[in-house]
Amino acid sequence: MRGFISAVYVFLYAPIALVVLFSFNSGRSASEFVGFSTQWYAKALSNTFLTDALQNSLVIAFISAVLAAVFGTMAALGMERLGGRMRAVFDGLFAAAIVVPGVVIGIATLVALVQVFGFINPLLAAAWPGEQPPKLSLGFGSIIAAHGLFTMALVTMIVKARIASLGRDIVEASNDLYATPFTTFRQIVLPQIMPSVLAGFLLAFTFSFDDFIIAFFVAGSNTTLPIYVFASIRRGVTPEINAIATMVLVASLCMILIARFLMREKKTTN
Amino acid sequence: MAITPETKKRLVTAALLTPASLWLFVFLVLPFIAIVVFSFGERAPEGGYQASFTFAQFANLGARAAAFKNTLMLAPVGAFLCLLVAYPVAYYLAVKASPKYRLVLVSLVVVPFWTSLLVRVYAWMYILGARGLPHLLEMVGIENVRLLNTPGAVLLGIVYSYLPLMIMPIYVSLEKLDRRLLEASADLGAKPISTFFGITLPLSLPGVMTGVALVTILLLGEYLIPQLLGGGKVFFIGNALVDLFLQSRNWPFGSAIAVTLVVVVVIILLVAMRIAWRVAGTRQVDLV
Repeated sequence: MRGFISAVYVFLYAPIALVVLFSFNSGRSASEFVGFSTQWYAKALSNTFLTDALQNSLVIAFISAVLAAVFGTMAALGMERLGGRMRAVFDGLFAAAIVVPGVVIGIATLVALVQVFGFINPLLAAAWPGEQPPKLSLGFGSIIAAHGLFTMALVTMIVKARIASLGRDIVEASNDLYATPFTTFRQIVLPQIMPSVLAGFLLAFTFSFDDFIIAFFVAGSNTTLPIYVFASIRRGVTPEINAIATMVLVASLCMILIARFLMREKKTTN
Repeated sequence: MAITPETKKRLVTAALLTPASLWLFVFLVLPFIAIVVFSFGERAPEGGYQASFTFAQFANLGARAAAFKNTLMLAPVGAFLCLLVAYPVAYYLAVKASPKYRLVLVSLVVVPFWTSLLVRVYAWMYILGARGLPHLLEMVGIENVRLLNTPGAVLLGIVYSYLPLMIMPIYVSLEKLDRRLLEASADLGAKPISTFFGITLPLSLPGVMTGVALVTILLLGEYLIPQLLGGGKVFFIGNALVDLFLQSRNWPFGSAIAVTLVVVVVIILLVAMRIAWRVAGTRQVDLV
């Protein structure tokens, strides 16, 4: 049994380790490690297509994670105040946002946005006083909004779980001591749910940063890092991709470690 | 007009839920209505959509039968293989591992799941590709082995990518298992193997069901694994959808396939939940 378990751990980590190892290879070969070098990292970082895609991904992930954290937390707090049927409706919609395959979310958003743009753009053009009317199109906004949908659902789930285990007595004590609802929220509730909000933010950031399929549909002419990596993989495996892959791995790993640390906090402060 | 405390409370609740409701409506409900409407339409000559009311798109689903066949066969088989590898690991973590190292071992299982799927699938392209394992096999005299772009490679990618997601729910249900039942079984003279099949396995079934349902559902919409490891030879529904929307621009037909996919996902989810409820008695099993 132990042997099998060890083999599974090797199976889980060997491919990742191999990519990291070969990202430092000084040769071009994918099967022979010639010597240690950081040349592929230098090459990757001086590639402007890549750094632009990276920048796009960071901006998109940051904005959609902020939206998800704020609106998702608000929704979790709001759902606490709802009863029965309405609550079930929200539960169902959020569950759908997570369970419906990304490929369908991407397609549906593309189809709906193209229709909406087709309706609004002529109106904008007609109503615009100047020469060049603004034109709505796919791009940053649509990726952020589409990512915001499932990351918001994720944040709501995490924060809701935290609210469910929150001590109600302190909140009641605070109300009994004539604190205003806002003061109670700011001094009692917010500090207690903050770790889960931050954890939700980081998970949202990671999901958005890693998402390929939704962005693939709604990105328009913009490129995100996963789209760039996907395109270069299809052009052929090069050591440069190993370096990019390693950087992506390290980045998502850091995010996840911090998020898990924050989520663990909830057990000790309870 | 005076605002009563009750009204004020409702206003606050509404204000808290407004942004999320808007988002859910504009980016989930509306798009879904759009693809349902599109699925009854026709392809415009220049690509895209043309209004109509026809069931032709649904009648034509057979044109992508290969994608449906691959998905509906390889996703459950992949999930089952995943289960075969995952169960012993979950069992070891929950029952056998020393408590001292349990948390570390569990975390080590989860970490790969949270890292980029694209990168992990790419790692297997690298290993299975001509300059990887086949190159090494050539050196020991085994020539012309093709690993990449085969159904086997896709299954391997599936097991690798979704293993952590299968291990976790099984681990959770095994960890909750009452150890006294195992002791009682041993005291009553049951052999370990009959204790396992009589007690441990049945009590872990909710976790097994959750894992199989989760992995199967995610696999139904999978795109990256068949695309990169199947090399366009092992098409899934997800690949067909990308092809229909981004290459051949047949939006109505793509919409019909997307609607069918969602219906299949919902059916599997409902069946899995029902079985899980039956197995678990009255205990609720969260699938998401």
